[in-house]
Amino acid sequence: MNKTLNQKAWYFVIPVFVLVAFNAAVPLMTVVNYSFQETFGSNVFAWEGTRWFKEILHSERFHASLGRQVIFTFIILLIQLPLGIGIALTMPKKGWGVPVCLILMSMPLLIPWNVVGAMWNIFALPDIGFLGNSLNSIGFDYNFTQQSGDAWFTTILMDVWHWTSLVVLLSYAGLNSIQPAYYQAAEIDGASRWDIFRYIELPKMKKVLTLAILLRFMDSFMIYTEPFVLTGGGPGNATNFLSLDLVKMALGQFDLGPAAAMSLIYFLIVLLICWIFYTIMMKDEGRA
Amino acid sequence: MSKIKWLVPTLYIIFLMLPIYWLLNMSFKTTTEIINVYSLWPKDFTLENYVTIFTDSTWYMGYVNSITYTVFNTIISVSAALPAAYAFSRYKFLGDKHLFFWLLTNRMAPPAVFALPFFQFYSSVNLFDTHIAIALSHCLFNIPLAVWILEGFMSAVPKELDETAYVDGYSFGRFFFKIFIPTIAAGIGITMFFCFMFSWVELLLAKTLTATIAKPIAAIMTRTSSTSGYELGLLAAAGSLTIIPGAVVIYFVRNYIAKGFAMGRV
Repeated sequence: MNKTLNQKAWYFVIPVFVLVAFNAAVPLMTVVNYSFQETFGSNVFAWEGTRWFKEILHSERFHASLGRQVIFTFIILLIQLPLGIGIALTMPKKGWGVPVCLILMSMPLLIPWNVVGAMWNIFALPDIGFLGNSLNSIGFDYNFTQQSGDAWFTTILMDVWHWTSLVVLLSYAGLNSIQPAYYQAAEIDGASRWDIFRYIELPKMKKVLTLAILLRFMDSFMIYTEPFVLTGGGPGNATNFLSLDLVKMALGQFDLGPAAAMSLIYFLIVLLICWIFYTIMMKDEGRA
Repeated sequence: MSKIKWLVPTLYIIFLMLPIYWLLNMSFKTTTEIINVYSLWPKDFTLENYVTIFTDSTWYMGYVNSITYTVFNTIISVSAALPAAYAFSRYKFLGDKHLFFWLLTNRMAPPAVFALPFFQFYSSVNLFDTHIAIALSHCLFNIPLAVWILEGFMSAVPKELDETAYVDGYSFGRFFFKIFIPTIAAGIGITMFFCFMFSWVELLLAKTLTATIAKPIAAIMTRTSSTSGYELGLLAAAGSLTIIPGAVVIYFVRNYIAKGFAMGRV
């Protein structure tokens, strides 16, 4: 769309700007402040310069939790995107099946995150949980509180259960926005099912998929509550993702300085990846 | 091919329903039965857990609190995002692209990073333990999302609509409320759904910013589990009840999703 230049548009943006700045500026500055200081309790601080940043960037603990985080997010995106699109493609387009599918599929999205964690904890327990009990009774030695492989499996399964529907809903809405004329034209041209998907459906879903990918990336990279309740980062440090490690450091050990430095590094990583993605997306926009 | 097509969504829904069924199953059991007997349905069916929740105000007020701040947040986020999204979709102005990205960066800030400073900040402005504090803090991630989604919907509306209205003598205000908002009603519905969703499910900030008066249901559940041992039956019942508000909301927006949207020019 060719937009007109109008500086008065700033007036429209002011409420949003004020509300977000109110929330973002002061807490962010607090974190920045801490990141350069050492705390001695009772509000005594000492200047530490960039010491915490250097320490964090070289600490094995940070590398380990960052590594786990990256692997987790990568697996999540790899499973949820194709699965979500696939389900959206096979969903009914009309009739009673539509509301039934939409309502049932949205349910996991609307359950508070700690309830999701607690629910999966009970569901997966080897003795009284359906998943754990069933897996053990068919011969698997499954115990997510003891074996790190099982803990990973459960955490990923939980996240797939929790969030795939977001991809489904967005893809489904994108698919349904395509006019029937496109499909008719494709039929006349003798396009294969794959061609239809590749050249009609995928481009039409581009915007909604962008939203889905970015939301899934951000939220899985920041995941905290669900694994905290499900595994508490264990067994050992097996599922100790970045946010979990961060909170342990900040509130558990009260190392505010290093925790703040880690927060900022963490934030910058998310920012960098999103910025790259956003720039690529915007470039595409310009060409279209 | 098309004969077995229904199989994929059906299997997926079964997978989704299993943990929910397990939760419901437990909510109708006594805690002793949960711990001692493994059964696929309650042997000793009881409504005791639900009775406790509906008669004890520390329990049911949790739901009232959660719904209150979620609704506040949805209203604030959408009403602030509407004009901003309009500006982004219609006008070029100084720093527009940077501002848009800056807004998005706030959606990226891990709440775990902000929990402690939020507590100090909201305490210092005397808003600690109020519904409005949680509603405002959730704006951090909901406003960027609302602006983003609404901007997508607004860009799909051709600019000619605005121009025709002005030619017909509409003032901006009348055009915006009488013509534009009804045109993007679906977008507003979807945005409200997302805002409601992310505010309803968030726990970390909501828990950090409250003590007693505005405590959300999800936080009350964590408290109960730590003081009186694991009352699994009660927790399962409380958990099951948290599904209802979300189910009601999705019921209202289902048609908007079914009709489809592309969030941009089609």
